[in-house]
Amino acid sequence: MGSFMGSLGEAAGLIMALDADLLEIIGLSLRVTLTAVAAACLIGLPLGAVVGALRFPGRSLAGLVLNALMGLPPVVVGLMVYMMLSATGPLGVLGLLYTPTAMIIAQTILVTPIVAALTRQVVEDLHTDYAEQFASLEVRPFDRVVALLWDARLSLLTVALAGFGRAVAEVGAVIIVGGNINHVTRVMTTTIALETSKGNLEFALALGVVLLVIALVVNGAVMTFRASAARMTYA
Amino acid sequence: MLETEINVGAPAAAWREAAPPEALLQARGLCFEGGGKRLIDGIDIDIRAGRRTIVMGANGTGKSLLLRLLHGLIRPTKGEVLWRGRPLDRRGRHAQAMVFQRPVMLRRSVLANLRFALAVRGFTGSERSVREAEAMERARLEGLATRPARVLSAGEQQRLAVARALACAPRVLFLDEPTASLDPVSTHAVEQLIREAHADGVTIVLATHDAGQARRLGDDLIFMHAGRVAETGCASHVLNTPRSEAARAWLEGRLYLDSSS
Repeated sequence: MGSFMGSLGEAAGLIMALDADLLEIIGLSLRVTLTAVAAACLIGLPLGAVVGALRFPGRSLAGLVLNALMGLPPVVVGLMVYMMLSATGPLGVLGLLYTPTAMIIAQTILVTPIVAALTRQVVEDLHTDYAEQFASLEVRPFDRVVALLWDARLSLLTVALAGFGRAVAEVGAVIIVGGNINHVTRVMTTTIALETSKGNLEFALALGVVLLVIALVVNGAVMTFRASAARMTYA
Repeated sequence: MLETEINVGAPAAAWREAAPPEALLQARGLCFEGGGKRLIDGIDIDIRAGRRTIVMGANGTGKSLLLRLLHGLIRPTKGEVLWRGRPLDRRGRHAQAMVFQRPVMLRRSVLANLRFALAVRGFTGSERSVREAEAMERARLEGLATRPARVLSAGEQQRLAVARALACAPRVLFLDEPTASLDPVSTHAVEQLIREAHADGVTIVLATHDAGQARRLGDDLIFMHAGRVAETGCASHVLNTPRSEAARAWLEGRLYLDSSS
């Protein structure tokens, strides 16, 4: 217990001192995670809305696949992206392996099914409310999807948060495709794993605390915004 | 011209002769099955242009289902719906609007609800603005334009739903028990909107189980029982001198159960 408290004190010292290495790692983590979540939302929101709102052959299968893909093992995704981007892989020519871009690609693949599957559920529930009115007004499929996404926007913030949670805590895929290279692809989670294995618990703990604080701040900010926006527009 | 499934007496025949000829909507041999049960069973009716047709009957007799079939929201298992003598198509559906028992309010402001309906129906620019203003005035919701539609009272929401439907300039307005959950004041306001729409030439098809409302608003009446038309005719005539046992029992407040119900 004393050792833990001592490590925690030293971790607080590193954070308060705004350690340059620490800030670099935090910055890269946020860049990779936020970019991946944004990309996943760009793909997953319309994809989920289409599956949730429209009727087409194979729709049930599409929903099933989206749900199943939510449980994609990160190391498997990391391995697949690695093989695609490695020098002998089909996209090796792009030279993206061991770069933040490769990490963003891997995280986007992991987060997109989560965003799409949860969006499908949110949109499907809302569409149940709207279906007859839409049918009566003869709303076209594209307009349906846009309208449902817009009207469900506050619920979809929570969906994006779930994606953020998955991405920011992810380590398996990014360590495979990023390589955890110092000053290049080292992010919070990979650093925590590395520093723990080296016995540098203070630095690992400092990053752990920062990770928790970031998750709390982002969630708090989004939930506060959601609550006030809901009062203004929904009820 | 309305078809009946029971014998039509002399007063009903007189009503038939006095009826204007144009049938805007017709159901021919309309059947609908669900859950292995025939819920609508061989309905033949005409909805005449410019009239207020009341579809009446107990809960579960198929009133709402009939309205949805006529509006094209669901496909009949058998039979067909004709719009001006031809199978109901996109053009026919475009000339119709429907208001549901529980008003469907989008998660938007009052004005945005109107704007959405008008936009998807192809109204743009100044015409849309004019229709929005008219609808707000018609529903007497001018001061609530930016209010989220879902925080309105039940009566205000239903007025908005009716105004939204009318803003799209329908020739036929279907109303599925629009006042079933409203107090008398709100009911009066919605009925007033229906009267105004009818005065503007909109054909009204209203499902209700309220005999008072049927008297206040009805020109023609279709009385349904167990998925069939039990009786049709001039509303006041059917309400005053019902000939079918189902209608008579209903209007006298008796329980009427038969083997088909």
